[in-house]
Amino acid sequence: MKQSWLILGASSSMARAFARAVAERGADVFLAGRDMDDLRRIANDCRLRGAANAEALKFDARKPKTFDAINDRLAEQDGMLNVAVFVGSMPEQTAIDADPALIDGTVTDSFTGPARFLQGFVPMMEERGGGTVIGISSVAGDRGRIGNYVYGAAKAGFATYLSGLRNRLTRAGGHVVTVKPGFVDTAMTWGLPGMFLVASPESVARDLLRATDKRRDVIYTPFFWRWIMLIIRAIPERMFKKMSI
Amino acid sequence: MRWRTDEYAGWGRVLRANGKMARPEKIAALRATLREQKCPAIGNRRSYGDAALKDGGHVIDMTRLDRMIAFDEKTGILRAETGITIGEITRLMAPRGWIPAVLPGTGFATLGGCIANDVHGKNHHGAGSFGQHVVEIELLGANGRSRRITSDENPDLFRATIGGLGQTGIILSAAIQLTRATSTVMDVRESRADNLDEFMSLLEGSTATYCVGWIDATARDESLGRGILEEAEIREHAVPITEKGAKSVPLDAPRFLLSAPVVRAFNQLYLRRVPPGGRRIDRSMQDFFFPLDRVHDWNRLYGKPGFHQFQCVLPPDSARETLHRMMGKIASSRLASPLAVLKRLGEGRGGMMSFPMEGFTLAVDFPNRRESAGLVQELIDMTLTAGGRIYPAKDSVATAEQFSPMYDERADFAAIANVQDPNRALETDLVRRLNLRNET
Repeated sequence: MKQSWLILGASSSMARAFARAVAERGADVFLAGRDMDDLRRIANDCRLRGAANAEALKFDARKPKTFDAINDRLAEQDGMLNVAVFVGSMPEQTAIDADPALIDGTVTDSFTGPARFLQGFVPMMEERGGGTVIGISSVAGDRGRIGNYVYGAAKAGFATYLSGLRNRLTRAGGHVVTVKPGFVDTAMTWGLPGMFLVASPESVARDLLRATDKRRDVIYTPFFWRWIMLIIRAIPERMFKKMSI
Repeated sequence: MRWRTDEYAGWGRVLRANGKMARPEKIAALRATLREQKCPAIGNRRSYGDAALKDGGHVIDMTRLDRMIAFDEKTGILRAETGITIGEITRLMAPRGWIPAVLPGTGFATLGGCIANDVHGKNHHGAGSFGQHVVEIELLGANGRSRRITSDENPDLFRATIGGLGQTGIILSAAIQLTRATSTVMDVRESRADNLDEFMSLLEGSTATYCVGWIDATARDESLGRGILEEAEIREHAVPITEKGAKSVPLDAPRFLLSAPVVRAFNQLYLRRVPPGGRRIDRSMQDFFFPLDRVHDWNRLYGKPGFHQFQCVLPPDSARETLHRMMGKIASSRLASPLAVLKRLGEGRGGMMSFPMEGFTLAVDFPNRRESAGLVQELIDMTLTAGGRIYPAKDSVATAEQFSPMYDERADFAAIANVQDPNRALETDLVRRLNLRNET
């Protein structure tokens, strides 16, 4: 059956690697984001890598008016609809401390914007009785830390939303994968201090495909972050509050 | 744009730089970065020395600008952003019946790097250099404007850009002519050569499309210059072959790994893989063209101090005598590693600063020990005397005095680069060391 993949936040390097991976499988790829010139470049690349079709679509997590055109376009597609959500933003915590209004944008980009979009999109998937939603959360959502707790809180909110969505979509034959990446070598982490065990976007994309094929619920990528976060979550709050990790 | 401050090195890891690096993922981010700071573009840093270094300065890593833009199935012309690797192009296009007309020894070289160093491959005697298959280059100038140049419309700038080490502007994208590939499997014929004279005769007599020799740089006396000749054609039809997975070198290796007795023993065994009468085998394109890419980060086998590569090309009339003396010197130095290549080159070259010339090319790796740089210096002097050239992409020790006489068009190249980049923002450590922007 024909597979269509809608990719939200398609300009990020993780999204691009994933778009290429599904393109090589011959899917129809829809690249949604703000930088249309860049998205068209990625669409060309996906077509040359084997995508049956690839198109650039305008999507802005902060502008719900952009959502309808995407839904309308995808409604025209035959076969299965799938969506992968890579949107999110991570201002430095110090910038947020200086300007608390940045919280609204961070939460919209990383949680409520994509959630609101999915709320409108998922009924189409339910009608067709299947498909996969991949949602990128973060290990930062597993515990609030002094360094980025607003971003972490937004990603935690998104992870909880995805958990509920999985509960719902499973009944219709669909599936939701929650992804918690550790450090990935992207523009977001480039040049930041304290990075270690940094994964390539391509290795993350491979993990996402495998998780989709095997209908995994929650994955950490690279896998060892599951164990790192298990330890970090196990630290009693009374100790954790004094730590800076 | 966030800049990463770090120490980074060329592939040989002898030369290092401390500086700031940006890695834009979109064209818009690249332009913004350049408005902030004009600086050279670098790729995957597969040049051995300092071609991709700028100590105390800024560089832009182009590897995330790696998208294919268009492909014409009828003409075989591929247009792509220049951060894409040549191995990725081969992986994607070979199953569709096309490969780059020239493939360097590593698939990790970027398209931009292949142009800026005008790389050559195992088919140089027939196909010429990489730059000769470049149809068009999109060059981002110092004024922030990009333009498309071709050999017909901008012959001088085009020839200064091919092999121009990034000095004429930032190579944003390029259109290259691919060549037909009937399958993705290579039909390889391996033969032994017992000494240098026999080896050179075999290379001269070969009519194969792809031809390369592995030379035992530790052998002496009557075995001096022995090795294995590999000749190959692309198979008409694919046959099943087993592909090995990639491995990586997790740690810097200890020094004894490349000590003289170990290397001599390894080379003995390596030579004996091929029976005295030669053999025929099928190999994947990946294994034939990029044999070392299976071992990621193999440069770590040389340990923390790194290694030097010496590569020269010698004109046919002086090659035989000079190669004898060079191989004698290398063998008695006991410094050579197993990685040594002897190959015939044709006259094809795409740019003013292109390395190839008609003759023989020798490439030998040396672990970075106390005497290594001195040995390479001597070999460079011998190259100069013989009327040959050394390859800037491989070099880390030559001086401007040694290098300048080897390249006739050097002053013309400098003049063009200085017009395109008047503030010399694109200079790299290599360009400074070899004084390549000097117009006299």
